[in-house]
Amino acid sequence: MSTPNLVIPSPREITTEPRRSDKVFRGVVTGGGLSSLLILGLIAVFLGYRGFEVLRQEGFGFIMNSDWSITTDDAGNVVESHFGLAAMLVGTILCSLVAVVIAVPISIFSALFLNFYSPNWLKKLLIAIIDMMAAFPSILFGIWGFLVLMPSVEYWAKLIHRYLGFIPIFDMQVPVFTRSPFVAGVVLAIMIIPIITSVSREVFAQAPLDRIQAAYALGATRWAMIKAVVIPYGRSGVIGGAMLGLGRAMGETVAVFTVLNIVFQVNWHMLLGAGGNVASLIILKFGDASPYEIKALMAAGLVLFLLTLVVNASANFIVKRTGKSGR
Amino acid sequence: MTTFTPTPQKPWRASKRERGFDFAILLGGFLASYLLVALTPMKGKLAYFALFFISYALLAALLKGLTRGSAAAKDALVSSLVVVGAVVTVIPIGSILLTVLQKGLPGISFGLFTHDMALATPTDPLSNGGLLHAITGTLTLVALALIMSVPIGILTALYLTEIKGRFTGPIRFLVQAMSGVPSIVAGLFILSAVLYPITKAYSGLMGALSLTILMIPTIARTSEEVLNLIPNELREAGTALGGTQWRTVAMIVLPAAKSGLITAIILGVARIAGETAPILLLTGGGDKVNPNAFNGPMGSLPYYIWKSFNAGSPEAITRAWAGLLVLLGIVLILFTSARFLGTRKISR
Amino acid sequence: MTTSHESEKATMDTAVKPSSLAQVANSQAAKTPSASAEGTGLETRGIHAWFGKHHALADINLNFAAGTVTALIGPSGCGKSTFIRTMNRMHEFIPGAAMAGEVLLDGKDVYAAGTDVTKIRLKIGMVFQKPNPFPSMTIGENVLSGLKLAQLKVDNKDDLLQECLERAGLWSEVKDRLGAHGGSLSGGQQQRLCIARSLAVRPKVLLMDEPCSALDPGSTLRIEDTIRHLSETMTIVIVTHNMQQAARVSDYTAFFLSDGGPGQMIEVAPTSEIFSRPKDERTENYVTGRFG
Repeated sequence: MSTPNLVIPSPREITTEPRRSDKVFRGVVTGGGLSSLLILGLIAVFLGYRGFEVLRQEGFGFIMNSDWSITTDDAGNVVESHFGLAAMLVGTILCSLVAVVIAVPISIFSALFLNFYSPNWLKKLLIAIIDMMAAFPSILFGIWGFLVLMPSVEYWAKLIHRYLGFIPIFDMQVPVFTRSPFVAGVVLAIMIIPIITSVSREVFAQAPLDRIQAAYALGATRWAMIKAVVIPYGRSGVIGGAMLGLGRAMGETVAVFTVLNIVFQVNWHMLLGAGGNVASLIILKFGDASPYEIKALMAAGLVLFLLTLVVNASANFIVKRTGKSGR
Repeated sequence: MTTFTPTPQKPWRASKRERGFDFAILLGGFLASYLLVALTPMKGKLAYFALFFISYALLAALLKGLTRGSAAAKDALVSSLVVVGAVVTVIPIGSILLTVLQKGLPGISFGLFTHDMALATPTDPLSNGGLLHAITGTLTLVALALIMSVPIGILTALYLTEIKGRFTGPIRFLVQAMSGVPSIVAGLFILSAVLYPITKAYSGLMGALSLTILMIPTIARTSEEVLNLIPNELREAGTALGGTQWRTVAMIVLPAAKSGLITAIILGVARIAGETAPILLLTGGGDKVNPNAFNGPMGSLPYYIWKSFNAGSPEAITRAWAGLLVLLGIVLILFTSARFLGTRKISR
Repeated sequence: MTTSHESEKATMDTAVKPSSLAQVANSQAAKTPSASAEGTGLETRGIHAWFGKHHALADINLNFAAGTVTALIGPSGCGKSTFIRTMNRMHEFIPGAAMAGEVLLDGKDVYAAGTDVTKIRLKIGMVFQKPNPFPSMTIGENVLSGLKLAQLKVDNKDDLLQECLERAGLWSEVKDRLGAHGGSLSGGQQQRLCIARSLAVRPKVLLMDEPCSALDPGSTLRIEDTIRHLSETMTIVIVTHNMQQAARVSDYTAFFLSDGGPGQMIEVAPTSEIFSRPKDERTENYVTGRFG
């Protein structure tokens, strides 16, 4: 049906030559935008460069061993050194897992409360309070956790040990409950509840209204509606929020350092008052570290950086996918 | 057409009878928790709290289940659970605010704001010394961090909203990733990249540099949200009038977003004002007022709190709480003003 | 078949004449309450509705006899949708909403204190403007989702599934892929799936809020077929902007109008009368297309 001699022109190329002021503007803004790339890259490069010597000497032992010792002679030369992060990494993971396990259900419930149960005035007030809590300085959580919270948490730990002690992670040989990973986990949980709550709240609030109404119109109770519509829709967003919280908990320094007893021995018993934490290790050893030990701390910082980067990147990836699974 | 208009009603609100039932369940919960604590070996605030909620939830579920079936029972159970979630979320906030007020107020005095700790140690009586150096230090650090992070943060946001170039996706991703960088890592980075190779000495500037890294993502992300709210018609109007992109952004977009951008900056300040870990690594934490951020150790509120807390004596602990109270006050003022500006931006 | 032909012609006419609409309506005799539908139908007495201070609906008195189809017509913003949402108590989800009056289902007020609102919504089903199947569920699960949501027990789920899909006119199209996701259907099929979903909990009344406004003409006709079949066993109230549709499917038509104030019901009558001999001048102006 087409006309044989119809000539279809190729699209014209439209070129714009921006004015010089715009070229400068675009250049400056692009430069500013690329700064995040530059900074993140430089962090990895510099920490890697400073820690290279230690990383080369220890190899995989740096994350597999738990010794952290350095011997120097009178002149300050390093005679012998062992640097291993295993206990600290295990401790970091243990503390942040405890925090996430405590914080996630509480955050989901409070996000559901805010979105679907609370009267409007209370919702506004609570959102303001919870957002405000996310801006509290971490040293405040640390000192409050140490002086106010720890006695209660120790009591809870004793209860858990008495009634659930048969579960290996709640078991312990020596009854020392003070400054345990569990205490640190509870403090971290309180710190990340506002983060996970606000991510979950925002995700739940996006649940499509027409499906919510459809569920109600079918005679669903509020909970049946939430289970059928809101949870399937918001699942990946909540998981992403939990991972953001996990990343935050892993990188937290001062609050953990105040409430955690650091011991260079791998310990999975979360109620026992001996834990480890990469970030706290840096603060602990930094004060009187020799130049060579500083290099080891830089290497530890690099490991922590990469760990949180991976956790955060996957968290953001998952949050972005929200709603796609439920479509 | 109708002359008679009835008054609006909300028949779905709980009736008096239903409220009576709710109250009875509440009482039943109290009673049950009291009896259980009295009759069993369980004791303590936790026991009261837990038993009250458990018995309340069970009673409510039971009643609903008997009158309306199992779906209603589950609904009632979950309703109690979500309230528990909200209460547990809010309790620590209340406890923190109360404790800081209660323990910090005794340490607050006029002298606190006029003296530094040059001639006093943390364990001295409270009448000696103050935190003037810490406040000026924190202000200096924040001001320096602002000077560096605001341009970069807003440029990043402008790139994401105005240029929308090839790197938009990656940069948004990297800004997100940057907001997750642990503060201690930011501190170590400045230590390794600036302090050791270049200045070789502690100073306020080093602390401010690390705070800049932590502040950029907050400012960039909030500003991006704000700039996205500016309607595209405004930009098109500027371009259609023959304005260059640069003039359109500078004279139309940025002024329109002004209060939102200020909110972004304030939120950034609130985020870093209490940062402790990098400050401990980089500033050296002096005890006297140091107006020069480029030379010599510089005190700050977090460092002051940290030092006092670790000194351990009752006076020192009170100093720490007083410092926390001042710090918290600053953060809350910043946060409230950001919220105030933020809501005004939306209402307009 | 004449019905649909007539109506298609009517749709093509730009200026609709009242006589042609009346013909359409007359071709389908106005039904008296059918014996096969259960109960005594739905009745509203003095319904008012508010959104905050805004008085949206004033004094609606209507009687929907069991087994009839009633169409609610009127220009946008006259409160038709608000009205049907007061009947199954979906109105109260809007913050600041309030109402007055009574909605009687089989003689009992659905707003009476102590009423279990979920039970009301089981008895008065609703189909929405936009098809909204649950995307995380399969076609079969969607149909039975009402049972799961309200935790109802049913002996033979497969029979119920087939029955509901047959009544919604979808069975032959989906019987081989009940395990597929609801989103894989076309818009019209999704809407019939939503109708089947509403039927599974065996409501006595079905409210339809412009069920065809998001669909193409072919799908619209199939849904109208479904509505006519369903009206043999249940009471149907349908909100529509399409007067031809009202003429094609309904036994009774009520005309709503807002003159700037709250929406009011101007006139209700058997559909043929509304389109041939409307009593009120405003009704006549609307059905002849002079405004609205």
